[in-house]
Amino acid sequence: MDLEEISEGVLAILQELHEDIRFEAEEKMVDDKILDSFDLVTLVTELGEEFDVDITAKDFVPENFNSVESISQMIARLMEM
Amino acid sequence: MFVSYGFIAFMLVAFVLYYLIPRRFQWMLLLIANFLFYFSAGKYYPIFILVTAATVYGAGMMMARCDRELERYAAGVRAGEIPKPSRDEKKARKKKINGKKKRWMLLCLFLNLGILAVTKYTNFAVENVQNIAGGEFTPIDLIVPLGISFYTFQAVSYLLDVYWNKCAPQKNFFRFALYVTFFPQLIQGPISRYGDLSQTLYGEHGFDWKQVRFGLERILWGYFKKLVVADRIGIAMGTLLEDPEYYTGGFVFVGMIFWAVQLYADFTGGIDITIGIAQVFGIHVEENFIRPFFSKNIAEYWRRWHITMGTWFRDYLFYPLSISRPMKNITTATKKRFGMGGARRVAVYISTMVVWLATGIWHGAAWHFVAWGLANGAIILFSEECAPLYEKFHARFPKLGISWGYRAFQVIRTFLLMCCLRLFDTYADLGLAVKQFIHMFTQFRWNQVTLQELVDLGLGKKDYLVVFLGVLLMFAVSMMGRRGSVRERISKKPYAVRYGIFLALFFITLLFGIYGVGFDAKQFIYNQF
Repeated sequence: MDLEEISEGVLAILQELHEDIRFEAEEKMVDDKILDSFDLVTLVTELGEEFDVDITAKDFVPENFNSVESISQMIARLMEM
Repeated sequence: MFVSYGFIAFMLVAFVLYYLIPRRFQWMLLLIANFLFYFSAGKYYPIFILVTAATVYGAGMMMARCDRELERYAAGVRAGEIPKPSRDEKKARKKKINGKKKRWMLLCLFLNLGILAVTKYTNFAVENVQNIAGGEFTPIDLIVPLGISFYTFQAVSYLLDVYWNKCAPQKNFFRFALYVTFFPQLIQGPISRYGDLSQTLYGEHGFDWKQVRFGLERILWGYFKKLVVADRIGIAMGTLLEDPEYYTGGFVFVGMIFWAVQLYADFTGGIDITIGIAQVFGIHVEENFIRPFFSKNIAEYWRRWHITMGTWFRDYLFYPLSISRPMKNITTATKKRFGMGGARRVAVYISTMVVWLATGIWHGAAWHFVAWGLANGAIILFSEECAPLYEKFHARFPKLGISWGYRAFQVIRTFLLMCCLRLFDTYADLGLAVKQFIHMFTQFRWNQVTLQELVDLGLGKKDYLVVFLGVLLMFAVSMMGRRGSVRERISKKPYAVRYGIFLALFFITLLFGIYGVGFDAKQFIYNQF
């Protein structure tokens, strides 16, 4: 699975959480509080299921969740491991 | 501990030596000072803190060894020294090494939380078991080391940061021991992260008069809050609590306000002294309060009051628990049954209540703390649920939300709500707190709280005036603080003004402070946590 496919999957999950937000344009989803604790916790579960990766507290830092790109890169990294 | 002749003499000696000895030995001097400070508080206390320092240090080193083992394996594969493994083989190897790392972390975590639990909570557990069984409770005489909740949490934050590779382990045991035992923080925090404190803790500090002066100003400000305001209003508070049957109705409200003032002045004053002492030594300690009584809702209040405790629970309990394997399973199952709306809430709801239960218990081994914690959690979740309603309301009345009056209403509402929640803590008894809360309304009489009744609480009219002016000054300083550092602004004033303020505060504290026998003021409220 390449980064583009991962990004599409990530975006689909994010849109399921909030269909009215254009996530692809966002760069600071955590810092700007676009995603709250409720969203982040659900997102981690959904990403884990979709991509068969285990996102742990180690990866649970704002930098990894600020944009679709950063989430996708984290997923790619976890899939590689 | 901060308010005795002995401590001031100890500080003076440490300060002079610190800037006299070669700078590379400064951190060692602080370590010795820590030991002496802790030993003077209780001769067995150093044993407990050394066990924590040694075990967490050891676990950090063992976890680092696991990381190195994994790195060597990966490097070997890359260099072709190890035959290229399949993805499953690689995964299995990683799992094995990480499993070892996790066992070290868990062993150390349970050991240290176990020590905390045994020393602080044994009597609470025994009392409740005996209450159920019907036996008579006889407390067990246990040593509860000073500040054990604070230093254990600080050590655990390091343990987990090393486990998650968020910071590199400290290789020198004595340097690590300095981090765990740093004496200004031992009494009531803040709970510093290794990554933050270590940046200045081990540095070589030349004498910087501006830093020292700022530190001394902060210490003095802390003493003013503690000795002039907190301990003075504490006298009236003590009388109110001695006879809750008599001091009911309107007095409960008065007590709520007095307690808010006392707790704020006591705790923030203590933290001012802590941060000031550290600054005198050239060490930066994170802030623990950002004008909490200006918060517009309870969630915001908890982001501004005892910040280092709140962020500790967030980073080391709330997030790990919310995204733990069992919680992910619960989220998935909830989504299947109740859709995304339910799935979004379940993990956060459970984790929030667990965090607040833990926060309550952390404050003390008593049911009123448990109730206080759970009530905080419930109100925060309730506000979260109401958020869409507030948004609709503000969309309908856009000018109202940004008006000064509405913001003032939000601040006062949050302040009073927090005062009501603190009743659990004020009366230190669950049943009595609930009873007094109800009596505040049912037994309220307009002519109840007279000036004479207030004087009968043990404070003269002049004392009330001193407290009032003290509160006014704290309020003014807080307001000034919104536009940047107050001390920076004072430092830009002419010498006469600058030192005039300092001397005035010094003499006010000296003249109006409440001192006991041998300058032994009341201990800080947060000591007991």
